[in-house]
Amino acid sequence: MALDDNKKRYINHHGGKTYFLLGDEACAYGAIYAGCDFFAGYPITPASEVAELIAEELPKAGGICIQMEDELASMAAIVGAAWTGARSMTATSGPGFSLMQENIGYAIMTETPCVIVNVQRSGPSTGQATKPAQGDMLQARWGTHGDHNIIALAPNSAQECFDLMQDCFDLADTYRTPVILLMDGEIGHIRESVVMPELSSVRHTSRKRAERAEEIFGGQELIPGMIHYGEGSNVHVTGSTHLANGMRDVTTPHVHDELIRRIYKKIDSGREDIVRIETDTVANGKSRVGVISYGASARPARGAVKAARAEGKNIDFLRLISIWPFARKQVAEFSRDLDLILVPEMNLGQMSREIERFVDCKVIAVPKIGGVPHTVDEIHQVIMEAVS
Amino acid sequence: MIVRFAGFGGQGIVVSSYIIGKSAVLDGKKAIQNQAYGSESRGGECRGDVVIANEEIYELEPTNYDVLVAMTQPAYEAFVPLLKPGGTLILDSDLVVTDKKLEPKKIKKHAIPATDIAFKKFGRKIVANMIILGYMNTLLSPVSESALEKAISESVPKGTEKMNLEAMREGIRLAREGKG
Amino acid sequence: MSEPRHRLMDFVREEIMPHRFCSGCGCGTVLNAFTNAVEGLGLDSAEMVCVSGIGCSSWIPSPYFRADTLHTTHGRPIAFATGVKILRPDLTVVVIAGDGDVAGIGGNHLIHAARRNIDLSVFMVNNMIYGMTGGQVAPTTPAGVVTTTTPHSNVEPPFRVADLVVAAGASYVARWTTYHVFPLLESMQNAIKRKGFSFIEIMSQCPENYGRRIGLRTGIDFLKQFKEQALRVEKANGMSEEELKDRIVIGKLCDKERPEYVSELHRITREQVDKLKKEMGGAA
Repeated sequence: MALDDNKKRYINHHGGKTYFLLGDEACAYGAIYAGCDFFAGYPITPASEVAELIAEELPKAGGICIQMEDELASMAAIVGAAWTGARSMTATSGPGFSLMQENIGYAIMTETPCVIVNVQRSGPSTGQATKPAQGDMLQARWGTHGDHNIIALAPNSAQECFDLMQDCFDLADTYRTPVILLMDGEIGHIRESVVMPELSSVRHTSRKRAERAEEIFGGQELIPGMIHYGEGSNVHVTGSTHLANGMRDVTTPHVHDELIRRIYKKIDSGREDIVRIETDTVANGKSRVGVISYGASARPARGAVKAARAEGKNIDFLRLISIWPFARKQVAEFSRDLDLILVPEMNLGQMSREIERFVDCKVIAVPKIGGVPHTVDEIHQVIMEAVS
Repeated sequence: MIVRFAGFGGQGIVVSSYIIGKSAVLDGKKAIQNQAYGSESRGGECRGDVVIANEEIYELEPTNYDVLVAMTQPAYEAFVPLLKPGGTLILDSDLVVTDKKLEPKKIKKHAIPATDIAFKKFGRKIVANMIILGYMNTLLSPVSESALEKAISESVPKGTEKMNLEAMREGIRLAREGKG
Repeated sequence: MSEPRHRLMDFVREEIMPHRFCSGCGCGTVLNAFTNAVEGLGLDSAEMVCVSGIGCSSWIPSPYFRADTLHTTHGRPIAFATGVKILRPDLTVVVIAGDGDVAGIGGNHLIHAARRNIDLSVFMVNNMIYGMTGGQVAPTTPAGVVTTTTPHSNVEPPFRVADLVVAAGASYVARWTTYHVFPLLESMQNAIKRKGFSFIEIMSQCPENYGRRIGLRTGIDFLKQFKEQALRVEKANGMSEEELKDRIVIGKLCDKERPEYVSELHRITREQVDKLKKEMGGAA
C-alpha cells in the first residue's frame, strides 16, 4: 500500500533516530511505519501501551485510533475498516484475545486483511494479570471455531516488535487474512533501543485488487483480489459460506468444501514465503543437542546456548520467528543429526508438542510459568544435564 | 552492569532507571530497562531495573544486582539480600537504616542525604533522584556524563531541565569529593 | 417485449429474488419502506454500505438490498459499521438488524454507539422473538408469553429499546410498526438525513414462530393489533404506566443536534497532522 504524504512526513520526522522504547511502543511505531490507518482497541495489561502510543501518534500520521466498548467491538471495527481499503489493527492480551476469537474467525472467513497484536499474559482467566506468559500459542492457531489456517509471528526484542509489524501488515495484505503478532508481556514491557528506519528503506506490499466483484471470494485465483466499499460494485461480504461473488450458499456441500480448502491452502502453499527462523548452529556438525525457542524465552535460551559453548559443548540453536504456519521443514532439517531438542517456553509445553510432530529425535519441553521468564542459568543447567 | 532502583512512588525511581538505560543507548551500548507494572506499582513500593552491556543482553529479568539504589527502608530490606557479593549499595542516608545481617558479603556502601540536599539546595525533594544519578554515575561510570546529561534533558518535564541537571551535578560533586 | 420492471428493482439484488421471508413476515414491508426511502432521497446505492447481523431481518440488506453489504457476526453489526463509517464518512452507512442482534447480544454496542453519536442509521426490526432459530424468548418478548425456551411462560419484562437509545444520547430516535408504512418510510429518510446516531425501532411481526403462540396466526392479525395498540407519542406523554400497558408508543421520540463522533475524530487528526506539518516547516 502506498504511503500517503501524511505518513511519509511522519516517517521523515522520526527516520534515522534511535529511541529507547517498550516492546509495546515499538510495536505501535512499527504499525504507523507500516501504514496503519486505523486502530481500535480496549485497554488491557500488558498491551495498553500499544494503544496509548498509537492514540498519541497515529493522528499525526493522518490515521485514527479509537477505544471501543470491548474487544469484540474492536475486532469488528477493524474488519469494517479493512473493507474500505484501510490497513487496520487492534492490540490486546489473553482475555481480550479470547473475546476476539469469533470475529477473528469472521476475518478469516471473509478473507479480510488486518493485524491483531496479542501481548500474552499469564492465564487462564485473570491469572497473573500483570505477568508475562506464552500461553496462547495454540489459541492463536485454533482459537476460533472451524477449520482454518492462521499466520502468527513472535518477536523477541523491541526492535523486532517494530520490524515485524511491517511483515504482519504485508502478510495480511498478501494472503488476505488476519495476521497475529504473538508478543509476550516480557518483550512488551521491557525497554530497549529501537532504530527508526529512514523513509527510503520502507517498502510496502500492495493489497491485490480484483477487477470483477464476481470473483473477490474465489474464481480463478487462490488468493483473490479485493474490491473495497464505496467503489460502486455492491460487494457482498458475509461470514456464512459463500460463492465466489460473496453470495451465501450454506447448503451445497462442495461450495463449503472448496471455500474452506482454498482458504486453508492459500496459507499452506505460502509456507516457505511466510516462515521466518533464525539459526545458530555449530559448524563442526558435532551437536547432539539443540535448543528451539521463540519470543522472550529465546533470549535466555540463546544466552544459555552461548554459555554452554563457552564450556566446550556443541549446542545448536533455532529461533522461531514465525509461529504459524509452523516451520516444519526447517525444524525437521535442524533436528536431523540431533538426539535431543530442548524447548524453553513460558507455558507447559505448547510448541514443544508441535516440534515433536516433525522430528525423529527426542523433544523435551523446558517449561516456565509463574510470571517470570527463564533465567540463563536455569536453561544452562538443563542443557548441561542433557549433554552429560 | 545490573542496577536496581527501589523506593516509593513519587521518588523518581522508574525515571532514574529509564534515564540510565537511555544514556547507555546514546553511548551505543545495549540496555534493557524493566519496571514493576500494574497494581503492584501503585501506592507504595516501586522499582526500576536497568541492565547495561556492550554485547547482546540475554538475561531479561536478572535476580541479582551489581548495584542497588535504595531510597526507602522497605526497599532496602527487600532487595539488599539480592545484591551480588562485592556489589555496590547506594542509599539515602536519612531514609534508610542499614542492617548488616541482611547484607551479602563485601558490599560497598555509600550513603548520602540526597532528599535533604534536594530540598535544602533546590527546594524540591523530587530531584533527589538526579543527585543520586550523578553520584552513582561518577562512582561507577555505567554511562558517559554527556549521555547522562542528554538523557536527563530529554526525559524530565519541560522547563525543569536546568534544575535537574544542577541536581545531577551536585551528585557528581559529592562523589568527586568522596562523600558518602 | 421485455417484462415490465418495478421501479425499485434497481435497489434489490434481482438475481436472487424472490425473497425467502415467510408468508406474512414483516421483513418484506421493511424492505419495501427502506427501498422507497432510499429512492425518495435520491441516494445512489454506490454511496451506501448496509451492515447487518444474524437473524431474519438481517436478510433485508443481506442479500436483498443492492449496495455494498457487510453481513456480520451475531450482535456486532454496529461495531463493524463503526469501522466502515470512520474510514469512509462520505458513505451512508445503515444497519438493519433484529432485536436479538441489536438489543440482546449486541446491546452494549447499541448504547455506546448512541452515546458517541456516530453518524449511523440503525433500523431495528423488533419481532419480539428469536424467529430464525425457532421461537426462543428475546429481551423484547412481553412477560407472560410462552416461547420454546420459556415453556412455562416468560417472567422477564421486555426492553423498551427506543427509550433506552434516547437515554443513551442518540440524535434521532423513533418507533413505528409495520402497519405505519408511510410514516416509517418518512422517518427512515429523516434518520438517514440526520447527522449523528439515528435509531428506529420497527415493531414487526413473526406469525410463524411468535404469532401462533399468542393467537395471531397471520400477518394481518398482527397489523390489526399494531393498529389498535399504537399510540402517538404526543398523546402518550403524561400518561401513566398503567394506561400505557400493552400500548405501542409511536412517532419521533427525539431529534436533536449533537457533536458527531466521526467528524470529531477527523478534526483531531487534521489538527495533529497540521501541527506536525508546522513543526517540520511544512516539509512533505
